[in-house]
Amino acid sequence: MSLQAAAAITSAARGTPIPRSSRDRSERVVKSVLLSFSLLSIVTTFSIVAVLGIEAWGFFTGFPDKPGIGLIPFLTGTEWSPLLGGEQKFGVLPLVCGTVLVTVIAGAFALPIGLVTAIFLSEYAPPRLRVVLKSALEVLAGVPTVVYGFFALAVITPALQRVSDAFGTYNALSAGLAVGIMILPIVCSLSEDALRAVPQSLRDGSSALGGTKFDTSVKVVLPAALSGIMASFLLALTRAIGETMIVALAAGGLAQMTMNPASQVQTMTGFIVAIFTGDAQANSVEYASSYAVAATLFIMTLALTLTGSAILKRYREEYE
Amino acid sequence: MTTMSASETNPTTVAATMPGTREPISIQAVGFDGFYGSFQALKGISLDIPRHQVTAFIGPSGCGKSTFLRWMNRMNDTIVGARASGTLTLDGEDILARSVDVVDLRRRVGMVFQRPNPFPKSIFDNVAFGPRLHWKHSRADLEDLVERSLRSAALWNEVKDRLHASALGLSGGQQQRLCIARAIAGGPEVLLMDEPCSALDPKSTASVENLIRQLRTDYTIVIVTHNMQQASRISDQTAFFFEGALIEAGQTETLFTNPRSKQTEDYVTGRFG
Repeated sequence: MSLQAAAAITSAARGTPIPRSSRDRSERVVKSVLLSFSLLSIVTTFSIVAVLGIEAWGFFTGFPDKPGIGLIPFLTGTEWSPLLGGEQKFGVLPLVCGTVLVTVIAGAFALPIGLVTAIFLSEYAPPRLRVVLKSALEVLAGVPTVVYGFFALAVITPALQRVSDAFGTYNALSAGLAVGIMILPIVCSLSEDALRAVPQSLRDGSSALGGTKFDTSVKVVLPAALSGIMASFLLALTRAIGETMIVALAAGGLAQMTMNPASQVQTMTGFIVAIFTGDAQANSVEYASSYAVAATLFIMTLALTLTGSAILKRYREEYE
Repeated sequence: MTTMSASETNPTTVAATMPGTREPISIQAVGFDGFYGSFQALKGISLDIPRHQVTAFIGPSGCGKSTFLRWMNRMNDTIVGARASGTLTLDGEDILARSVDVVDLRRRVGMVFQRPNPFPKSIFDNVAFGPRLHWKHSRADLEDLVERSLRSAALWNEVKDRLHASALGLSGGQQQRLCIARAIAGGPEVLLMDEPCSALDPKSTASVENLIRQLRTDYTIVIVTHNMQQASRISDQTAFFFEGALIEAGQTETLFTNPRSKQTEDYVTGRFG
């Protein structure tokens, strides 16, 4: 190909030039479309936060026709009975306690199992077994949570009742285990990502020093991936705290201050479901209380998410 | 990747006992073949590596020198399809036998890699890693061992005040010397170095080369290098590999100034590679 031929093609392909003004106009249109779409999502998020904040504020300070509950009594009260009995009590701690209990059970189940599975997948599993296990986990991740909910009621709870009479139809352990199964794929796949991000050269370094595969996995790879693993734990726990359908189905509806896994508990999310599925009149105090609970829940999960991503960010920097 | 046929490459197997060395032999290969699946990466290598000397492997990329090095501490075990035949011994003991305790082999044959690969741990924990795997030490013994290893690696004075700081904060050259300290802390007899200076700047390279020269008195060193000046600066013997075969091996000075093989001459004078 000679230079002349190349020049000929260029001039033949030239056609009518597109004016700069038209290019600039289409750039501006594209830019404003993109901007408005991204603004939409931001505005939506802030609207939700604003609604939560305003309604919760009303619940604390009082509405024109009824007195407020107050922030301190809400946060420190140990009795939550907005619907039953004569006197309504709005101490959020029993709900927080229920949420924490279910989350602790889920974490105690899913974090060790998920981490061990991740180590196996990343360090030990032969490629074909790895593919099979990964797809099984993907299936698990795709199961709708309502299915886990009735799995808890139909399978886990009867199994627990066979072990001990202490377990009622609704109990925290059954719901916690189901939530644990739900967050297992999250722990597993995020931890595995963190483990696989550890450079191969570190594994070589360890085995060249006479480290066995176990030495290498536990003493080199695991510590190197620790911050990524912690982040995966936090993100999984965030999901556990926010999980609604499983606890609404299997944990029960009685808010109480207990750490007994055999007793029924109500979580923050479980309470909100109960309110919005018809137990309370709109514009009543108990209705407004759900916003305060939701705001509390939001702050808890936000804190965990922020911690998780802060840790994750630090770990990304480590190998760059 | 194509399988090479014998007619294409015509590997001349050289029985290369280093001439003029009185040192006893540390690692010995006789008719050693190495394969990746059906690809023969090493063809009939016969070579003696004398004790307490620096032996350099030179040759163009893909000539098999790193592969050969990685057989000496069985690092190729993890590579699917890698296998070897022939004889490869350390102090007369078979390295390739199934019954070999690879953990013990790797304690005796340390390795330093192309890029510094300190663990994301403290400087102290990096050096103590090998000893902790193999022995139970008192804290004082371990501290003493770490100090001696860092001194041997000519790093002690630079890091003695920050032993418990992360090793990742060291410069590239310091990291590579740390990796050498880590490799010698386990008390090896042989040190394998796979292009240990290729990721370093000239100043760090000089410090690592100095170190290699000093270490010779205590360790048998095998170093793979792309850099022929480096081979001539630091090694006692040199082995030239080409397309999986050992073409020539001998005293470094002789090999560079008066090579027997035409191929070696072409390579060391920069005509190819």
